[in-house]
Order: sequence, then C-alpha cells, then structure tokens
Amino acid sequence: MKDPYETLGVDRSATSKEIKAAFKKLARKHHPDLHPGDKEAESRFKDLSAANDLLKDPEKRRRFDAGEIDASGAERPHERFYRDFADGPAYASHAAQDGFSSNEDLEEFLSRAFSGGGRRAQGTFRARGQDVSYALPVAFLDAANGATRTITLPEGKTLQVKIPEGAADRQMLRLKGQGMPGFGGGAPGDAYVELHVQPHSFFRSKDGNIHVEVPVTLTEAALGARIEVPTITGPVKVTVPRWSNTGTILRLRERGIRNHKTGQRGHQLITLKIVIPAAEEPELVAFLETWEPKTRLEPRKEMLT
Amino acid sequence: MTGIDALVAAISALQRNDLEAWLRDELVSAEPDAGTLAFSDMECARVRFICTLHYDLEIDAETLPVVLTLADQLYETRQRLFSLTAAVAAQDEPIQKAIIAALSPGNRSPETE
Repeated sequence: MKDPYETLGVDRSATSKEIKAAFKKLARKHHPDLHPGDKEAESRFKDLSAANDLLKDPEKRRRFDAGEIDASGAERPHERFYRDFADGPAYASHAAQDGFSSNEDLEEFLSRAFSGGGRRAQGTFRARGQDVSYALPVAFLDAANGATRTITLPEGKTLQVKIPEGAADRQMLRLKGQGMPGFGGGAPGDAYVELHVQPHSFFRSKDGNIHVEVPVTLTEAALGARIEVPTITGPVKVTVPRWSNTGTILRLRERGIRNHKTGQRGHQLITLKIVIPAAEEPELVAFLETWEPKTRLEPRKEMLT
Repeated sequence: MTGIDALVAAISALQRNDLEAWLRDELVSAEPDAGTLAFSDMECARVRFICTLHYDLEIDAETLPVVLTLADQLYETRQRLFSLTAAVAAQDEPIQKAIIAALSPGNRSPETE
C-alpha cells in the first residue's frame, strides 16, 4: 500500500480541508461509476478511498503519523460498484449468447475496433479475475507473535496466509493474485483476508501493551516474592515488591506487542490481585481477631463522603 | 435484498432522510418487503454511488438528478453499444473484419474509402 499522502498528492502537514479537497478532485477523476469503460479506475479509486479513510479520521491519521498503524490497515475490499451492475452481463443477456463471458470482453473488442487493433488477427479477450474476500479467525497469541495459517477455500484450493507479528483485529491482508483466475490470460484478482483476532482468556491488548491480571497470595504481596508470570512469548520471572496491594501495577519492559514500523515492543502491565486462601486458616483468623493495625484502615472512606 | 435499516447502517455517511428523499424523487427504487423497504444489490450499489456524488463530491440535491440522468444515459448507451458489438461478433469473420476495418482510425471519413 502506497503512502496515503502521496496517493492523495498532499503534504504531510495538509489540513483536513485540503485532504477533503484533494480526495474530491481525484474521486471525480477516478470513480469507476463515472468512468465505466476505464478498467483501472477501480484500483485507482480503491487506493484513493483507502488513503482518504485513513487521513480524514483525525485519530487514525495521528496513529499513522506516529507509526502506530500502517497504510495497509486501511485496505479493504471495495463493495461492488454500480457500473458492475449497470454495465454487467446480467442486465444484457445478449452478451452470454454471443460467446462473450462478460461485457468487459465486448469492451475489449470495442476498444480494439476503435483503436485500429482490428488489423491484427482476432485474439482472445483478456479480463482481470475478480477479487475475493474471506474472514479468518486468529488466536490471540498468533496475532501477537505472528504465524502462518493455511486456509482452505470452498472450491478446495488452499491459501497460505502469513499473519504479521502484532496483527490487529479486523486488519485486512491482501494476497495479490490469489483471487479468481483471469479470463483469456488476464491477471488473476486479489484475495482479501480480514483477520478476526479472538480474545484471550487472560491477556488483553491495548495500544501495543499487554495487560494481564495476576493473582498473588497474601504472603507474596505482604512479604514480597519472586514469581513466575505468563507473557505472550512465554513465562518470565518478576519481583513482587514487599507490601504490594491488589491493583499494584508492575511493568515488564518490552514484553508487549512489537510495532512493525518502529520495531519497538510495547510493555506488559501486570495488575496484582491478592487472593486469600480458599479454605479458612484457623491461625490467621485467630491472629486477625486480636490484631490491632498501627494505621487505621478506612478503605471505603472516599466512597462514602 | 437489503432492508432499509441495514443499508443505512452499512454506509456510515448515509443519512436516512436523504435516502428517503432519493426514493421520493425516484433516484433509487426499493421493493416493499414485510412492512418495510428492501433494496436489490444493484440498487444498493446505486445508493453507494449517489452517496459518493453527494457526500464526497458535494454535488447538491438539485444537481444530483441531472448528474444521475446523464450517468443513466451513459450506461444505456453502453448497453446498446454492447448489443451492437455482440451482433457484430456473431457475424462471419469476413464481415467482422470489414466492420472493424471500417471503424479503424483513418478509415472513418468517407474521403479515404
């Protein structure tokens, strides 16, 4: 995917008004429904609207500028255009009867006739294959660490999908040339795969950081401990400081998701949660019954005033 | 077929009252379906096209029918051209070649015949 600023022909400092104006001008020139005979219009307009989708949204634009997302995140298979119907063989039954698979082939015939191509021997008509789109459920850790998956298409064909490290939910991958075959030697279409990242039972991902709640015993929290915690790349030892509390956050540097633009990893943020023993401990109960804390405990004070 | 609610939900820019106005003005058509309205795939694509014209290209409500009428005429003409081309393609090869040759640049004006 090209640089969206380049696609729209605007400066990186362009205002949203300038971006809108640039898109407006180019959309007029390249919208497929306004240029039904121009086969390339669709791919040009797709690039334009992907660039516009990214830059018109201030939040997405900020994240793109900051290198948090790349332009391919904005790629999407386009809905079918009006010209696909208004110009299509379904509305002109003659096309099929005369040995043409679609009006696109007639278009080719026509353009050859009008460009002097008729002097050549009559060849086959060429047409690019259709794009196809799929949704692919991806396990949380596969999306975080990257993986290769094989998907089997309804017609029995298999596709290798390389899930990039740090893949985001709803991210669209484009597999060039993996769509429907072209006609008469034309190039095949593209396959679009939308990743549906499935939630993990304890990891959550936010802005490149991994959040996880880790239970600790009363003893570990009060006296401090060296404990083993899970990370997306496997277990890691971490020190629980003496006298930690539920809600204490420990940070494991660079154990989060790698940003493939900057190569930097996010962090893992561990929120501690104290758990008391499942069954009653008579000694602990006896101690607490006689225990006089040195500082008065008023944990609900702020909630009640 | 897509219901009117689903269509409004699917196209984020689309305002329901605009769509209703386009229906009233017969710029798009829908079929009654269980007390609501449903759009064919072709009409959905047409609504998307109108959305681009109106919301992105800022063609105002008064000019919209003019642009659509011209686009409709373009598509109608193209369909006739396709019919004509198909008819030519169904002819024997010498006839096809003669027609193509006659259409080729340099052969179109009567002087060169």
